[in-house]
Amino acid sequence: MAKARVKVPKSVKKGQAFLVKTLISHKMETGLRKNKKTGKKIPRKIINKFVCTYDGKEVFSSDWHPAVSANPYLAFYVKATKSGPMNFKWTDDDGKVTKKSVKISVSG
Amino acid sequence: MRKSYQGIWTLAALAVAFSAFAGTAFAGEVTKYQAGERRSGYTYAKKETQMIQDDDLANPGYLWVDEGEALWNKVDGKAGNSCASCHGGKVVRLNDVATRYPVYNAKLGKMQSLEQRINQERQEKMGAKPYKWESKQMLSLTTYIRNLSKGKPMNVSIDGSAIPFFEKGKKFYFQRRGQLDMACAHCHVDNPGGIIRANTLTQGQSNGFPVYRLKWQKPGSIHRRFRGCNKQVRAKPYGYGSDEYVNLELYLAWRGRGLQVETPAIRN
Repeated sequence: MAKARVKVPKSVKKGQAFLVKTLISHKMETGLRKNKKTGKKIPRKIINKFVCTYDGKEVFSSDWHPAVSANPYLAFYVKATKSGPMNFKWTDDDGKVTKKSVKISVSG
Repeated sequence: MRKSYQGIWTLAALAVAFSAFAGTAFAGEVTKYQAGERRSGYTYAKKETQMIQDDDLANPGYLWVDEGEALWNKVDGKAGNSCASCHGGKVVRLNDVATRYPVYNAKLGKMQSLEQRINQERQEKMGAKPYKWESKQMLSLTTYIRNLSKGKPMNVSIDGSAIPFFEKGKKFYFQRRGQLDMACAHCHVDNPGGIIRANTLTQGQSNGFPVYRLKWQKPGSIHRRFRGCNKQVRAKPYGYGSDEYVNLELYLAWRGRGLQVETPAIRN
């Protein structure tokens, strides 16, 4: 059920760096845990890639590994250039992709 | 020699008296996380943990609030109703539920917790299957409903029909149990602020439940917390939704009266 929450300022001035906050619902199963009853390993299932694109180019990306906690929160700064959509993409181990898009309005 | 010792003791006694006075002055305060001597678990948490709770976006508990809101509006069961069909989408009338539950239910003749109320409504009004206690749906819905009361002071009724159940809950709280022979009160009344292994003991207030526990990596109901505590003193835990735990929930709600609802709170 991967669901994502994103927060950006309502409007930003051109050239200003603004804070982008993201949170996604995910179990981030490390692959190291065992099922207590059967003794079998629980297969790894994590988000391994996060990409943020804005104004036609990739502005932020990161590779994730086991040991990132469940429901990962990520915040970073982006410099405002022009109004338009900001797209977020979380890629799962099994190739499933969660996307989210927000509008950035730049003044001045 | 002896006299100077006495002098020191007098000074020490004075210092103790003063600090006790300062303590009561401080304890009388009513702030966001404090009501008199009652302190929310927030005040015992590390700064990093508090920061997650302070920021609504960083707080992962809100993922469950969102999910709960979706469930609130989702039609389920034979009757073709959702929660919103009767209560409305904006849920104004339910925005004090977390402050007054558990409540006495005359039909059942006993106390009823929010989880039990939800399942009763689901079966009677919606013709839907009840949710399991610690299921994702139940946690989402209770987190959503209790979040509507956020910021309101806990104000549970312990009058009238609730009296015997309140007494039972209180007795449970002070009853020794398990191989370690410990009652709830030994940690949460006698030693809040102390260290138990690597954790800081709190007063064990219930105003933030269901809390998102970093250890659990998801929210958990207060009955899950009760079970954990009972296991830690090596007692056999009671079942989810058992009468013992619902009565205890009532006592705890009264014990934390005046504290603001914090759902979804973040604890370590």
